[in-house]
Amino acid sequence: MAAFKLPVGAHYGLTAWLMQRLTAVVMVAYTLLMAGIALWCPPGNYSDWKGLFSGSFLRLATMLFFVALLYHAWVGVRDIIMDYIKPTGLRLTLQALVGTALVFYLVWSVSILWGR
Amino acid sequence: MKPATQQRPKYYDLNLANLPAAGLVSIFHRISGAFLFVPAIPALLYLMQATLGSEAGFLHWKGVLAMPVVKVILLGFVWLYAHHFFAGIRYLLLDLHWGIGKDSSRASARLVFVLGALATLALAWRIW
Repeated sequence: MAAFKLPVGAHYGLTAWLMQRLTAVVMVAYTLLMAGIALWCPPGNYSDWKGLFSGSFLRLATMLFFVALLYHAWVGVRDIIMDYIKPTGLRLTLQALVGTALVFYLVWSVSILWGR
Repeated sequence: MKPATQQRPKYYDLNLANLPAAGLVSIFHRISGAFLFVPAIPALLYLMQATLGSEAGFLHWKGVLAMPVVKVILLGFVWLYAHHFFAGIRYLLLDLHWGIGKDSSRASARLVFVLGALATLALAWRIW
């Protein structure tokens, strides 16, 4: 038995690992921002609520949050699927469904923030 | 005479009730993450679409979210998010080799549960 790890593989695991952390930092910042807004100037009516997301800063910040959230979810859910779903066909099918759902959510979030 | 280097059997007690705090933080981080993927993400997107789309939708969902049973469900998801949030920050700090000693990592694991519960209670106090 070789006592070393064979230097093969696609290496995208490291990218996923790093992106999971970078996206987490983005979401921490957005969560603190939204908690601050909820504490100091909570939107009480429809025009406040709509006005909140009509400014380009918060709209872009929200879009960045959703991109980070969906990438983060992809890494995390893929980890869970790889850990527990052993049959290859079922595992790949579930991963494809999760990926499709996340791309759908991405398009949906763009349409919510800009499509009106 | 048995050799001194004999491998002794290792026993890991994986029963949830007997896990150390760090293990509980870990498994709840995974479970909360799964529930945040489904149903929290599509529910969040649907709520944003419905409340930003029209004033009627906003007022409808404001009324729904004022119902006590809905508040309890909402607080459940807030707890899932808060736990995932604080546990995630703990992992980021551990990645930076901050607080990786046995005592400090145990203390931070307990702190994650305390902060998650406090954040949830603070919001409960705010919405009631």
